[in-house]
Amino acid sequence: MKVLMALSGGVDSSVAAAELLRDGHEVVGITMRLWGGDSDTGCCSIADVDDARRVAQQLGIDHLVFNFTDDFDRHVVDPYVQAHRDGFTPNPCIECNRHLKFHRLSERADLLGFDAVATGHHARIVDVDGVRYVARGHDAAKDQSYVVHMLPQRELARTLFPIGNLTKSEVRQRATELGLRTAAKPDSQDVCFITHDGGRATFLGSRISFRSARVVDADDGRDLGSVDAIEMVTLGQRRGIGLLGGGPKRYVVGIDHATHTVTVGDESLLSTDAMSVRSVGWAHEAVVGEVRVQCSAHGATSLATIGSAADGGVVVQWHEPQRRVSPGQSVVFYDTSDQRVLGGGIAE
Amino acid sequence: MMPFLADQFANPSGSHRFARAARQAVDEARDLVAGLIGCRPGEIVFTSGGTESDNTALRGVAAVRPGQVVCPATEHHAVLECVTGADGAVVATDATGAVHLDALAEAVPGASVVSVMAVNNEVGTITDLAAVSAVVRRASPDAVLHTDAVQAPSWLDLRDLWPHVDMLSLSAHKFGGPKGVGVLVVRDGVRFAPLLVGGGQERERRSGTHNVAGIVAMAEALRLTDLERVQSVPRIAALRDRLVDGLLAGIVGVHETVERSRKVAGSAHVCIDDIESESLLFLLDEAAVCASAASACAAGAMEPSHVLAAMGVPRTRSQGALRLTLGRSTSDADVDRCIEVLTEVVQRLRRRS
Repeated sequence: MKVLMALSGGVDSSVAAAELLRDGHEVVGITMRLWGGDSDTGCCSIADVDDARRVAQQLGIDHLVFNFTDDFDRHVVDPYVQAHRDGFTPNPCIECNRHLKFHRLSERADLLGFDAVATGHHARIVDVDGVRYVARGHDAAKDQSYVVHMLPQRELARTLFPIGNLTKSEVRQRATELGLRTAAKPDSQDVCFITHDGGRATFLGSRISFRSARVVDADDGRDLGSVDAIEMVTLGQRRGIGLLGGGPKRYVVGIDHATHTVTVGDESLLSTDAMSVRSVGWAHEAVVGEVRVQCSAHGATSLATIGSAADGGVVVQWHEPQRRVSPGQSVVFYDTSDQRVLGGGIAE
Repeated sequence: MMPFLADQFANPSGSHRFARAARQAVDEARDLVAGLIGCRPGEIVFTSGGTESDNTALRGVAAVRPGQVVCPATEHHAVLECVTGADGAVVATDATGAVHLDALAEAVPGASVVSVMAVNNEVGTITDLAAVSAVVRRASPDAVLHTDAVQAPSWLDLRDLWPHVDMLSLSAHKFGGPKGVGVLVVRDGVRFAPLLVGGGQERERRSGTHNVAGIVAMAEALRLTDLERVQSVPRIAALRDRLVDGLLAGIVGVHETVERSRKVAGSAHVCIDDIESESLLFLLDEAAVCASAASACAAGAMEPSHVLAAMGVPRTRSQGALRLTLGRSTSDADVDRCIEVLTEVVQRLRRRS
C-alpha cells in the first residue's frame, strides 16, 4: 500500500515508519505544521520537524511538511480558548486527532493517492465480523486508544497504527537497532502550544480576560478566599485555589461562572453515581447496556450501564460511585473485555 | 572555481606568493563584476549572498543615519524582515506588485534607507527604478536608495539599473553561480556600519576570509549571463508564453497573476481555482515537475504568499498559486511536458475533491 506516515519527530512514529517499510509498504513521511508559535514540549517545534526529517532521510523515505496552521487554529486552539472562557476543561490533543490527523490529513492523503494514513499511536485496529474498531495497544501502560477513540468506520478503513503490537521498550529497542536519532528522545507529554515555562496561564492570559472568583465552603457557604482566574480552575482541583493551609483537605466541587463562585468541600462531594455525555460518536452502532468507561488518557476504566438520553447524548450510570468528570473532558466507552472502543463523547 | 577548491587554496589576505595568486583572482573577479554593473571596482563588496547584502544595506545604513527604513510590501523577506524588525514603513503596492508611487512619496520623507526590489521573485514584476528613484530623490533627497536586484541579471542589463540607486544586491546562485556568495554594490560616499567586523577585508566593509572559489565562479557566471541575455530573453519569453497559454487553454479556472508586459521573461505565475498549492506541488513532484508556490517557513511548510496578499489577491485564489520558472536550459519539450502533467494533475485533484 502507499502510506502517508505522520512523523511527529518522536520515537514512536519513527519506528512506525520503519515497521511499514519492513512490511513492504511504500511510505512517504509527513510532518504537519500545526502550531506557529513557541513550543518546547517535544511535539511540533522546529527541532521536532528537523528530527522527523532526519529520521525520514535515515529510513530513505521522502519527507514533506504540510501547513495546516489555519485548521489547527480553527479546530483546536480557538475552541481551547473558548472552552476555558465558558468554563469547560478541553482536551486539545483529542480535537487535534479528530480534526487534523483524522480528517484534514486523511483527506489530503486520499486526494494525493495514498491508500492509508499511519501514526505512531500505541493503539490497534481490530476487525470483528467485518466491522473495524480501535483497540488498546499491546503495551497497556502506554495505550493511547483513548486519544484516537473517535475514528469512524471511514477513517478506520484507511488508518494504520504500525506500533500497536509493540511495547514501548520494544519500540525503543527497534529505534536503537536502526540507529535512529530519536531512539532516546523523551516522549512529549503536554499540549504542543503551551510552553513549559509560560504554562496555561500565559497562553490564556493573552487571549481572554481572567475574572476573579470567590472561594466558598460547600457546607456553610462562608468565604474562604478568592482566585484570580475562575477560567483556570478545574473540578477536583486541590492546589492553587487560594486556601490557607491547615484544616481538612478541600477540593473544588463546583464552579459557577454566573456567580463567579468556586465551591470547595470534602472529597466525598466529588463522588457521583451518574453523568451525562454529549456529542457522542460510535464506532459502529449506538450501544446501550454494560460497558467500561474511561475518563482520562491514563485513567482506569470503570463498569457502567449506558443508555441514550432524550437529547441524543448518553447517560452513564456507574456501578460504583466514581469521581465526577470535569465538563469538556472526553469519555470513552470500551467493551466489557476492556479492549475495543465502542464510542465516546464529551462529559457535560 | 575548481582550482580554488583544490590546490590554489591560499587565503588572499596573506602576503606570500600563493596568497597573491588568490588575491589576483579576487581582484580580477571584482573588476569583471564592476564592468558588468557599470560601477567602480571599489564600489563592490563581496558577501555571502543576497540575504547578507540586503541586511547590510538596510541595517548597516540605518545604524549610521537617522530616520525610518522603508520598503514596499512585496519585498523578499531578507528586506522585509529588516524593515518590520525596525518598526519601519511598509508601503502598499498595486495589483501587479508595483509600489504605489504616491504612497511611496508620502512614506519616504526623512527616511534613512529606502529599498525597492528590481524584479519580484514570486511573480516576476519589473520595477520602474527610474520612476522610483525620481520620487525618492525628490521626496527624500538624503535617503539612501537600495535595490534588491537578485532576480534581475538574467533579464535586465544591470548597467541600466545602477545609475538610479545608491546600493544594489546580487546573489550568485540566481544567475548560474554557486550558493553562498553575492555582492553588495555601494556607491562611493555612502556610509554604513558593517555587519561583520574583524580582519577588515573589503576595505573594512565586510570582514571575513574571501570565498575565493565562490567569487571567481560568480564573476564568470555574471559574465556569461550578460553575454547570453540579449538572445536568451526573447527565446525564453516565447517558451513562457506558450506554457502559460497552454495552461490557460487546457485548464478551466487558471488565472495569470501579472500581465506579461510587466514582468520578466522567465517568470510564469498562475493561480488555479479549487486547488491547494501543497497538493499540487506534491503531485507535480511525483511527475518530476519541480515547481514552487510561495516561500517556506523555518519548518519547511509553505506559508501563504505575502506578495500575493500585498497585491490584493484573495486567500481563496492565492491558495492555488503556482510559480514556474524558465531559464537557459528550458526546452520546448519541457514546456510540453509541463502542460501535459499540470493538466492531468489538476483534473485528478478536482475529480477527487
